[in-house]
Amino acid sequence: MWPRDAALLRDVGLVCLADGIVGVSFGAASVAGGLPWWVPVALSLLVFAGGSQIAAVGVVLGGGSPLAAVAAGAVLNTRLFPYGLAVADVVTSDEAGAGGATRGPRLRGAVGRWLVRLIGTHVITDESTAFALRQDDGTRRRAAFWTCGIALFVVWNVSVLLGVGLGSALHDTSAFGLDSTFPAVMLALALPTLTSRPIRVAAGAGAVIAVALTLVLPAGLPLLAALGGLGTRLPGWRRMLRRPPRPRGAESAGATVTEDELTAGGRR
Amino acid sequence: MMPMTAIGALGVLTYAFRLTGPLLRGRVTVPAAAERLFADAATVLLIALAATAALTAGHDFAGWARPAGVLVAGVLAARRAPFPVVVVAAAAVTALLRLAGVH
Repeated sequence: MWPRDAALLRDVGLVCLADGIVGVSFGAASVAGGLPWWVPVALSLLVFAGGSQIAAVGVVLGGGSPLAAVAAGAVLNTRLFPYGLAVADVVTSDEAGAGGATRGPRLRGAVGRWLVRLIGTHVITDESTAFALRQDDGTRRRAAFWTCGIALFVVWNVSVLLGVGLGSALHDTSAFGLDSTFPAVMLALALPTLTSRPIRVAAGAGAVIAVALTLVLPAGLPLLAALGGLGTRLPGWRRMLRRPPRPRGAESAGATVTEDELTAGGRR
Repeated sequence: MMPMTAIGALGVLTYAFRLTGPLLRGRVTVPAAAERLFADAATVLLIALAATAALTAGHDFAGWARPAGVLVAGVLAARRAPFPVVVVAAAAVTALLRLAGVH
């Protein structure tokens, strides 16, 4: 399962380092904002999708309802559906092609196979999908996906725990500027996706709607209202729907997401 | 406050999004329009969240130190600075401004 591929290990290590810093700041800012320690910890274990965790906690810390927090987090995580299609072959690893069984996690029997699938499904992220799609043969795809997925899960949860400890230990957290890290992370995640004028217009409109309504509406609602900014994209989607469907290539990978789109989609 | 039921609900929804792809393996392709809709909705939401979290606290303006830190982070991110640098810069600028008496 573990590759002896130095370049892959180095890249995974760099991604882990970046996400670890985000994890520390997420844990610290969550408890510094007044949430109990188990909220960021449980989110990291059960949701394991950084952007949506930060969004959900951000909504709640802004005074929004848990329902609004769940809705915001869920919208962000819809992208995991096309990712799941793209890496389906490495998640459902055992019956996959030549050499597959030797490089997938070695758990035998029906129960073991299901366990591998369930764990593999949970570690589908921006990063593990991007690493998998970068490889060309099945064995390397599987190694890249699992190495990145498992390493990130461990690093993310450990770093959030560290952050929780750090946040609890600091007395005056506003002096350390931790409250700036949430919006900074979200901005850094979103900026690479602002690649065309229409999406910039939609995002700008959404931001104006959200900030204006925050001054008057209960927290959480303005955020969902921001999705109204998507209305500016309607003409573009209509054009796309009229276009004939794409030929079904890339059958083996079930790939509907290209690596370029993924990396443009940014980190978690 | 974020109750355990809300965390569980987000966990279940997220797992469902992850699981659908592998379950449908090879049987469907997502229409390009739907895929763009997911991606665009996520972008709009992230930017709106970043804006409200940077500019507001409760129903009021958050003060100058926080938006300034986020702005610096945004410029760094746009110039493709490494992720850790972006995050640390945001906190550092805000903290230094507060130290200097700007709130």
